[in-house]
Amino acid sequence: MAAELSNPSRRDFLATAVTAGGGLLIGVSLAGHDAEAATAPAGAAAAFQPNAFIRITPDDQVTLIVSMAEMGQGVLTSLPQLLAEELEADWRRVRVEQAPVDAAYNNPLFGMQGTGGSTSVRAFWEPLRKAGATAREMLITAAAQTWGVDRAACHAREGAVHHGKDRLSYGELAARAAKLAVPADAPLKDPKDFRILGKPLNRLDSPQKVNGTARFGLDVSMPGLLTAVIAHPPSLGAKVTGFDASRAKAVPGVREVVQIDAGVAVVAENFWAAKTGRDALSVQWDGGPMASLSSAGIRAAMLERLKSPGVVARQEGDVAAAKPAQTLEALYEAPYLAHACMEPMNCTASVTGSGIEIWAPTQASGVNRMVIAKITGVAPEKVQVTTTLLGGGFGRRFAQDFVIAAVQASKAVSAPVKVVFTREDDMRAQFYRPASVVRLRGGVDAAGKPALLEARVATPSIRQASGMGPPSELDDSAVEGLHEWPYATPNIHVEWAQHEPGVGVWYWRSVGNSQNAFFAESFIDELAHAARQDPFEYRRALLEKHPRHRAVLERVAKEAGWHSPLPKGRARGIAVCESFGSYVAEVVEASLRSDGTPRVHRVVCAVDCGMTVNPGIVRRQAQSAVIYALSAALHGEITLDRGRVQQKNFDDYPVVRMDEAPPIEVHLVASTEKPTGIGEPATPPLAPALANALFALTGKRVRRLPFKAGDFA
Amino acid sequence: MITLNINGQSRTVDVPADTPLLWVLRDTLGMTGTKFGCGQALCGACTVHVNGAATRACITPVAALAGSRITTIEGLSEHSDHPVQRAWLQHDVPQCGYCQSGQIMSAAALLAQNRSPSDEDIDAAMAGNICRCGTYNDIRAAIHTAAGLLRKGG
Repeated sequence: MAAELSNPSRRDFLATAVTAGGGLLIGVSLAGHDAEAATAPAGAAAAFQPNAFIRITPDDQVTLIVSMAEMGQGVLTSLPQLLAEELEADWRRVRVEQAPVDAAYNNPLFGMQGTGGSTSVRAFWEPLRKAGATAREMLITAAAQTWGVDRAACHAREGAVHHGKDRLSYGELAARAAKLAVPADAPLKDPKDFRILGKPLNRLDSPQKVNGTARFGLDVSMPGLLTAVIAHPPSLGAKVTGFDASRAKAVPGVREVVQIDAGVAVVAENFWAAKTGRDALSVQWDGGPMASLSSAGIRAAMLERLKSPGVVARQEGDVAAAKPAQTLEALYEAPYLAHACMEPMNCTASVTGSGIEIWAPTQASGVNRMVIAKITGVAPEKVQVTTTLLGGGFGRRFAQDFVIAAVQASKAVSAPVKVVFTREDDMRAQFYRPASVVRLRGGVDAAGKPALLEARVATPSIRQASGMGPPSELDDSAVEGLHEWPYATPNIHVEWAQHEPGVGVWYWRSVGNSQNAFFAESFIDELAHAARQDPFEYRRALLEKHPRHRAVLERVAKEAGWHSPLPKGRARGIAVCESFGSYVAEVVEASLRSDGTPRVHRVVCAVDCGMTVNPGIVRRQAQSAVIYALSAALHGEITLDRGRVQQKNFDDYPVVRMDEAPPIEVHLVASTEKPTGIGEPATPPLAPALANALFALTGKRVRRLPFKAGDFA
Repeated sequence: MITLNINGQSRTVDVPADTPLLWVLRDTLGMTGTKFGCGQALCGACTVHVNGAATRACITPVAALAGSRITTIEGLSEHSDHPVQRAWLQHDVPQCGYCQSGQIMSAAALLAQNRSPSDEDIDAAMAGNICRCGTYNDIRAAIHTAAGLLRKGG
């Protein structure tokens, strides 16, 4: 079937593909927002739709609806596995649809429709299984009534209800099941009977991603669609004082040049005309509030901020009264980071008199709707959001900047407009992982055990920047990964000294854990060294009250052969971190190249994320997070000079490529606990495990990311 | 007017001569399998074949391509069954998937020249293709699998 969005009013568009095995269809529905249009295709009067997640039609089509955005983490496969297991669906024949924006699809952990915080499986683990079980029980009842037999003698399996040799397919039962009352207490299956859930099934979206038919936000097209490229402020908060559009308008294909909140938008018939026009545009800007801000000045101000107290995040014992045998003090630092999703930010919007429709690679369709309603005055129910596939997310696509720009541009030119960020626009848009500095003081007693941990973190508040989350004196994201410090220590004091340099900050894969685990897990290594103990054994002995930390630590040490010899010039480092409810320990084997830059030869990862819905996806998410964190540890740094971001593209913001990617082994710890997060938790341990390996190799403790040539000389 | 040979078909387009092939494919011809990632030949998301060689479409002006044979992900195989695509499915390589068209085109170009690539050969041929999901381990394994399929006759 042709994968073409040819008409924005056509609501049942499906991109379909056939698997290598044949037969299985997956559609990414670009359906509109209203539940009726989304869940009741033409002629579906007899469709069985016991809830917002399941639709079974008389033609035996079982459609499973996914409320979360697919950004690589596998929700188009893992969430249907939850439904299909309890529904007893035939996995080879299910079809999957992306949900429209609707309160029925709210993330139970957020109270609105949004994908982030490694919540997808955590949030929907019970609701989707219940949704599937409810539908299954109704289908069994419908079959028992049809046959006039006791329903206890019937069972559901692979898309049909069976009674002796009799069989009725779900499609055949749909009309009858649709008339039944929805039971409140459908029983869930015993995990020992799982046949779909817990299996490493191949992703349903792979076929369309290997033949070019997968549709991302940038691939949206429709008649009359224009493309806008925006002249963004050269420094954050700078305002347009004037612009001359004459040269831009002289570019063939350029239609209009309009000022919007984000800057000046050049709207053209296609991207190349819009970009050429944008580059020809002459815009005058004021200096903006950050015109004198540079990285060195930001660092100096953060160090100054460390001199005065902050909000207490954790307090146990009395660090001032502790009398350790040895005291260590250290200053650790982490830089601003860009997300650098492969698909640059973009959004398509159509603003008309009857409402507003957007098509976006977005993590936050529910927020999109609220924000669009707010800025335009249009009623929320007249705002439709279609979530396309996302070319990476990592938190960046929870932001609203690209959505607002598209809506304003479409409104200004009275036509559907796709706003496209160039890579340079994307890199400089200032939604960065916050820079952070922390002063740590630790001590060990005569036996080498930790006597105290004192930390003061200077960093901005992501919660304040995003406006999300409950108001609170403490923004957890500033200290998460540090203030949980799981190691037995009698005196602990952790403070957050909020400091707001003015650079735009945002959620970045694993959020505060991404830098705080580097601080904490490097510092426990420093204490182990001070105590003259093995870094693994030292941690292990201090984790008696944290069995899940300890289990992943022991597992990773075993799998990595922690105590086994390595070739000369190589060393190992270890780290462990709990985040998003999951426990991950990593061992890194590293060496130094002749130019002094670190080289990673092997990463071993042990993961406890509770029960796994799809072990293949879990393994790949851990590998993904390791590479993402390795890019940051080896290369990632956004710097400012007089208010301007100095990086622009992958030449000056390098990331790990094939030739730098180590083999990554992932070991899953068997668990009967409820599933926890997996998109982010393998990110935090990588940087400290690498730092600890390089310390073991060189004796040099580097406390500032990213690691640079010469740091270990 | 410029006439291009794309996936074995002759396509005539009326665009400025300096327009990069990427935008002719995507905006003029509606062939969106080839992706925009960086615009500077730094990430490989736009990789196509020009006369069989892996080429970054984002910096290649169409005027330079008259008479050249251009292959995109849409034309790599008729039924999505090129050995590289089969290997990609076997290893379930894609995550977000955005870079994968470019990865597959680079891998196919490598294997057309070298049916037994070493890990070093793979590093050299694939280092121009960024994957922010970090699917590199699976890409490497899939290339070795695809090489095996090709040696057995595809």
